[in-house]
Parts: sequence; C-alpha cells; structure tokens
Amino acid sequence: MKRTLVLAAALAAALPFSALAHKAWLLPSQTVIAGNDPWITVDGAVSNDLFYFNHVPLRLESLVITAPDGSSVQAQNPATGKFRSVFDIELKQQGTYRIASVNDGLSATYELNGERKRWRGTAATFGELPSGAKDVQVSQSVGRVETFVTNGTPNDTALKPTGKGIELIALAHPNDLFVGEEATFRVLVDGKPTAGLEFEIVRGATRYRNAQDEIKVTSDAKGEVRVTWPEAGMYWLETGTEDSRTSVKQAARRRLSYVATLEVLPQ
Amino acid sequence: MRVTLTIALSGLLATSPAYAATLDINVEVPKLNVAEYHRPYVAVWLEGADQKVAANLSVWYQQTGNAEGHGTKWLPDLRQWWRKSGRTLDVPVDGVTGPTRPAGTHALSFSDRQPALKQLAPGSYTLVVEAVREVGGRELLKIPFTWPAKAAQNASAQGSTELGKVTLSAKP
Repeated sequence: MKRTLVLAAALAAALPFSALAHKAWLLPSQTVIAGNDPWITVDGAVSNDLFYFNHVPLRLESLVITAPDGSSVQAQNPATGKFRSVFDIELKQQGTYRIASVNDGLSATYELNGERKRWRGTAATFGELPSGAKDVQVSQSVGRVETFVTNGTPNDTALKPTGKGIELIALAHPNDLFVGEEATFRVLVDGKPTAGLEFEIVRGATRYRNAQDEIKVTSDAKGEVRVTWPEAGMYWLETGTEDSRTSVKQAARRRLSYVATLEVLPQ
Repeated sequence: MRVTLTIALSGLLATSPAYAATLDINVEVPKLNVAEYHRPYVAVWLEGADQKVAANLSVWYQQTGNAEGHGTKWLPDLRQWWRKSGRTLDVPVDGVTGPTRPAGTHALSFSDRQPALKQLAPGSYTLVVEAVREVGGRELLKIPFTWPAKAAQNASAQGSTELGKVTLSAKP
C-alpha cells in the first residue's frame, strides 16, 4: 500500500512513466477521421489495466502535438482529473498528427547536513542542487508516450524521427494497421536503429478477458520488429532500455522508455 | 487499339453498343426491420490482382450536412474503401459518387468506353462491394472476374446483413 502511494506521488510529480510496471498511455477517440476541421479528444492516464482510468492521470505539461506540416499545435480544453487527463485537438490540416508526451528528466538523491534528500528536474535546472550536497546520485529518464491520428490522406512529415530517446518508425504507416496483416516497425535510439529491444504489446479491454495475451517481440539486427495483429482493437506497445549517454556528467545511467497506442482495424 | 477502333465506329454509327464490352452489376440494399434505419453508405470498386483499387465504380453517401457534420464525415467507416482509395480521393467525383439509395436492387452498368473502365488493362479483377450503415453493421462482398470478358461471365455473392444479393455480368 505504502509503495503504491510513493509510486503514485512519484508519477504525479514529474514523470508519466515508470519502471514499476504501470502503463502510461494516450488514447485518441479516433485514429482515422475525415472532414473539414474535425475534432478529436484524447485521454491520458497511467494504469495497470488497458485502457481504464483507475490509477493516476498522465500529466499534460510535456505534451507535444505535431501537425501534418511539422508545426506544433496546442491542445484545446486540457483538464486533469483524479484518474485521467483529457484534451481536444482540432485537426485543421489533412494528414497525420503525432500526439506525444515527451519527457527528459533527472532525478537525484543527495546528503545535506546529514539528511538524505531527493531532487527532480531537468538538465537545465540541475544547478539548483545545493552546493553542500554530498554523495549525489543522479539518474536520467527519457521517455515518450505517443499516438497517431490521421485526417484524410496519411503523410509522414510529423513522423520524422526527432533523434532523441527511443522512437518507433512504422515502415508502412501507424494508422494503416489491419488484423491479420504483418506490420513492420523500426526502433531508433537517438535516431539510430537498435537491435535487442524487447517489446511488450497488449490489446486493450483487458477487463473482459482472463489473460494479458501480450505479444513479445525483440528488435532484430536491423532494429526491426514485425507484428501480425491477431485481433482488431487498440493496442498498447512498450519498450525500454538503458545506456550511459546522459546529458549531465553526474548521471551515470540513462533510462529510456517508449509507449505507443496503435489502433488495429478489422478487415 | 481496340478502344480507338470503337470510338471511330461510334462516330460513324449512331448506335454501336455491340462493340462495347460491358459490366453490369446489381447491388441489393436489403430491407431491414430495425427501430432506427439509415440508408447504408456503399462503395463499389474493382481491385486488381495486387489488391489495389483499379477503378472506383460507385460510392453512395449522404451528400448534405447536418448538425453532426457533413456526410463525408462517415466515409472512413467504409473501412477498406477508405484505406485503399477514399482517403486519397477528393470527393465528390463525377460519375462515381452519389447520394445514398433506398432498399431494393440497384442496377449499375458500365462499358469500356466510360472513364472507369477505359484504362483497365486486361486481366483478373475482383469486384468489391462494401456497405456500412449508421447504428448498423458493415459487410463486404467480393466477386472475382476476368476483364475484358472473352465469353459472357455471370457471378453473384449473397450478403447476410448489410447487403443482399450482388450480381456481376461481364460481356465481351
């Protein structure tokens, strides 16, 4: 119980993802849409069950919405409740939108006047640490939680890799996934295809079945993973890794995580 | 060559239907006993052996808008058609798109002189009919055939929910 509370507090404080098995996600109301200036609404939450709001909301501070022309758009009507965050997007352009919560944070523990303290921030605010801090332990977390929505004809401008952290590139298109068909993705770490990343893929509506039915795949030598979708539905896809390419020298390790919500349609 | 010849002939003769290869399709929109009925959105198209759209023949959707939005809003519900053609198409398309139709059998006739079939290379094709209805279901039927027909070909497929009988008749 206590552990859950600490975890909840930690999640609420800064990071919408966690190594402790809770699942962060963004859930769009629609992924394939048509019309002049249609709207969608997106939920964001962190939970064990997919896609149910029963733990903590996904914080919206680090939301990055990329429009089909590559520009940034603002979320409309954002709100964060007890269990979920919600926001709307007006899709003024034709093409594919990339909706992401992108985090790059540092956490530190240190000793000051004989007391053990914690600190959270970013590389830019790292100077906040008091000068008398001793035994400073810093770790970096880089995470991306994202989903994709296409208005009209799909395009790839918003899907171009940013070169930071883990990213997943659909070799076809992330809004073109159909049951029974094989989809190929390439996983990038800082823009480079990377082998050996383990993926966990779980279909939503977990409440109505007795097993997770997770799909496990690992990226091959070319950094590619192949998935044949067994059923239609919203899928939650996660991967993560660790390395030492940190942005501040005091941090020894960098933890990377990636989550995508993908919709698979029936034939 | 054949097309040029046909056009030349049609210029000479007032009536020359015998020279045109024809494709006649009947699509039955079933009468449904439901509390809330809306006419289905229907897409009729031809797919080549590569399963890509070779020709859009007919697309029926609500041509007007209401408080919920314009009729084009629900075109993506014709999922396969949307994926394969609709999303890259600028509707309305002359001679292809039209309003939704009531229950009954609707006859569609095409010939190799019409834009839809004029550019169709000889080969194996599949007629695909997809229907989706507001607060209803979705159904997709396929009928394979060869174009242009060397001898008359007749085929049909029977729908069970959103479509009735679909027939295809190709004549050389």
